[in-house]
Amino acid sequence: MTATSNLRTELAKVKGLGASRHAVGHWWLQRVTAVALIPLSLWFLVSLLTALLSPNVVKVAQWFSSPVHTILMALLLVATFIHAKLGVQVVIEDYVHKPFAKYFLLLANTFICFGFATVCILAVLKLHFLDVGASL
Amino acid sequence: MSNDNRPTSPHLSIYRPQISSVLSILHRMTGLALFAGTALMVTWLWSAAYAPSFYATFYSGLASSLGKLCLFGWTCAFYYHLGNGIRHLFWDIGKGFTLPVMNRSGWAVIVFMLLMTAATWGFIIPAAQ
Repeated sequence: MTATSNLRTELAKVKGLGASRHAVGHWWLQRVTAVALIPLSLWFLVSLLTALLSPNVVKVAQWFSSPVHTILMALLLVATFIHAKLGVQVVIEDYVHKPFAKYFLLLANTFICFGFATVCILAVLKLHFLDVGASL
Repeated sequence: MSNDNRPTSPHLSIYRPQISSVLSILHRMTGLALFAGTALMVTWLWSAAYAPSFYATFYSGLASSLGKLCLFGWTCAFYYHLGNGIRHLFWDIGKGFTLPVMNRSGWAVIVFMLLMTAATWGFIIPAAQ
């Protein structure tokens, strides 16, 4: 290896993070969340159809009194919004090339995904800690 | 990069649609549709936790014809993105790249989506009620 054949510094080679500075982080996290979402989304769909799709809000709150339901729902929400954020980001990067519009949409995507996730998780926690047994 | 009038590839307007390209763009479109649909998830959870009176309104909106049409579309998008996403994961580990296998797995995803959507709406929902 001569000096002219490789201009990358030793530090850059050791870190192995590439020109984008985050290596395959985006690609990998998209796959990790995809794998997690296969069982989680199917579990949620079955839960919706068998118990959750109810006009009675008390039934929904009772369902969330289970710690298992609450934990799985929180995991589903985290995986969903990370996966959505990464996926929509790539669509924006592929199709929007005007700098202002591109960065506006990228920021909006990030804010919406983190915002939605936080709102959903707070609602899930509220439903979990709601003492519905007492109010019945 | 200075000439904005260069022809760009692929020339979508003159390409004959192929199952590979059509399913590829459908993966993106269903992904975006599912993302838009997460707004329903937010509204549903938030109203259940913080606005029970609005929950009833929201639920009757979902149960209306228009609401059901949206949910039906969302179901199609969900099963398509799930099936085709699993197809992508197989590609990621280097499996299923030959054209005959790609065509077959592509049609399998379409059949999976149709069957699962039909099963969800035709059987499970009436049974759950």
